[in-house]
Amino acid sequence: MKSTPIKKSSRRKASNGHPPQAASEALNHWNLRLYVAGQTPRSVTAFKNLKDICEEYLKGQYHIEVIDLMENPTLARGDQILAVPTLVRKLPQPIRKIIGDLSNTERVLVGLDIKPR
Amino acid sequence: MSRQVRRNSKPLKGLQKERTGISGFDEITRGGLPAGRPTLICGSAGAGKTLFAMEFLVRGALLYDEPGVFMSFEESDEELTTNVASLGFDLNQLVADKKLILDYVFIERSEIEETGEYDLEALFLRLGHAIDSIGAQRVVLDTLEALFAALPNEAIVRAELRRLFRWLKEKGVTAVITCERGDGTLTRYGLEEYVADCVILLDHRVENQISTRRVRIVKYRGTSHGTNEYPFFIDDRGFSVLPITSLGLSHKAPTEFVSTGIPRLDTMLNGRGFYKGSSIIVSGTAGTGKSTLAAHFVEAACKRGERALFFAFEESQEQIIRNMLSIGIDLERFVKKGLLKFQNSRPSAWGLEVHLALIHQAITDFDPAVVVVDPITNFLAVGDRMQTKSMLTRLIDFLKLKQITGMFTSLTSAEGALEDSEVEVSSLMDAWLLVRTIEANGERNRGLYILKARGIAHSNQVREFLMTEHGIELLDAYIGADGVLMGSARSSQLARERALDVERQQLTARKQRELQRKQEIFEAQLQALKGQYESERDAILRELDEEQSRLKIAADQRLEIARLRKADDSQGTKIDENGARKARKGAAG
Repeated sequence: MKSTPIKKSSRRKASNGHPPQAASEALNHWNLRLYVAGQTPRSVTAFKNLKDICEEYLKGQYHIEVIDLMENPTLARGDQILAVPTLVRKLPQPIRKIIGDLSNTERVLVGLDIKPR
Repeated sequence: MSRQVRRNSKPLKGLQKERTGISGFDEITRGGLPAGRPTLICGSAGAGKTLFAMEFLVRGALLYDEPGVFMSFEESDEELTTNVASLGFDLNQLVADKKLILDYVFIERSEIEETGEYDLEALFLRLGHAIDSIGAQRVVLDTLEALFAALPNEAIVRAELRRLFRWLKEKGVTAVITCERGDGTLTRYGLEEYVADCVILLDHRVENQISTRRVRIVKYRGTSHGTNEYPFFIDDRGFSVLPITSLGLSHKAPTEFVSTGIPRLDTMLNGRGFYKGSSIIVSGTAGTGKSTLAAHFVEAACKRGERALFFAFEESQEQIIRNMLSIGIDLERFVKKGLLKFQNSRPSAWGLEVHLALIHQAITDFDPAVVVVDPITNFLAVGDRMQTKSMLTRLIDFLKLKQITGMFTSLTSAEGALEDSEVEVSSLMDAWLLVRTIEANGERNRGLYILKARGIAHSNQVREFLMTEHGIELLDAYIGADGVLMGSARSSQLARERALDVERQQLTARKQRELQRKQEIFEAQLQALKGQYESERDAILRELDEEQSRLKIAADQRLEIARLRKADDSQGTKIDENGARKARKGAAG
């Protein structure tokens, strides 16, 4: 089920700069998965927007996994993905989905339950 | 239409079609759905859209070896599998055989937040992967409109759907897209604008508490197609469309004959019975023996070793068998032999079209030579006259096409004219037997006559018939001075006639005896007269003799006296002469 996170996400994790134990704690807290279809400008925008929001609001408490459906189309089924980009909040429960390029930060924060509705 | 054909086809050949394998549907579309193009199936809830789509895939996989992808937006894989299992479709097996992929797309609106731009590429990828993984040629999207409910941005959904249809065409798959019917429009979201090739409407109407499903081809670009509303039904074998609206009048006319099962009735029909493949209506009031005539007909067919199918809408199979056994027609043995099959149902159980479909199906399955529908008038409980007539027309056309001889009984209400066959189908029928009870002298008697029999020189007599232990027996026609007599009137008339005959015979005998007597009297009188004459003659002769002898004696005496007196001869010349002669004689003697 788990896809290989693409370079960006590993790089993002590496540049996190937090101690290992804090990072593992954070992984448990915010587990985010971004579904994209190829390296389109929209995918790139979405990832950049997501990264910026996480850095600002969830620093040290998140893990982003990017899944390229062009490479792994079967994975679309598991999280019931139709639209790309789709951000799935796997953790904390319940699952939330945010579709679009995440350009509206307010709505992303609401969608992720970081801000109350 | 297989993939092979499609690939080899030339553009000039016109639109290629893909057989759906759905019973009857390929007939009304003249070959199936447009191959390699999307088709829209619209209809309201419960119209059978999902089933149609699923059957399209299952038949494709089983009959034409064309794998398919079913992308469902409403039902999960498990639900779908369970739902169609009742139709005998084993989806699990098809999935295992890589003939089918079920993909349940579930979107929970409350889980979804929308921010910024997006597209539905994931759906395309998902579908594309499924298609490629089994080489699918058929795709179903059921019900695509769920996307409108799931995704807030309608503009994006519309744009993406437009792209999807184009993409499906490029993929060359034959796609079926189901849509909810909108209020006054074909589809709620106007999807028919995007799918321009073929639009099919499924409808489900309830009239008089009886539902009828109908299918109509709203649009089919580039091909001719039936434009009517075709009834269809869904049963344990799936979807069946009834393309039986216009078979036309091109059926063959066999010249063989089929016995009625009643020898004397055959005699009335030119000695041979009905034409094979003809349709016979037996009409009459209640209790006139219509079903019994039908039973005879069926029995005769089974005795010839032919199969017969009996559609009974009033009685159960057991009841018919029992009742017919009481008049010596044993139908059960034919049922056991598999020559006779009953199909019993209440007319109100289904709509007319379903009845017709079931009859069709039964006939197709059983392949009978003879079919009985008893009675057709009960269909009036389900549909009006027009509908019933239309249904029967199609049934008769179908039977004629298959050269099946059909006998239909029709109940005439007691008030109406006897010739008024309730369903007004008599003009469709080739032969019309009318059975009627004739009420007179406080009793009812059964009479039968042939109102018409196309192409057969038939008797025009009204014949009385009896239900005996050996079935129906036609009696001799009694046509006297007072018309046709039946029942006790007939037998009393016969008795009267017999009495008259006896009387006449007696009269003749008496006259003969009288003549005899007269002759005898005459002869006796003649005899008596003769006797009298003879006796009188004798008496007269005797008297004459006596007289002569007396005269002689007197003359002799006179001569003697004269001689004694020695009288002279001169006293009388004559006497003298005589005396002289005598004297001379005496002297000489």
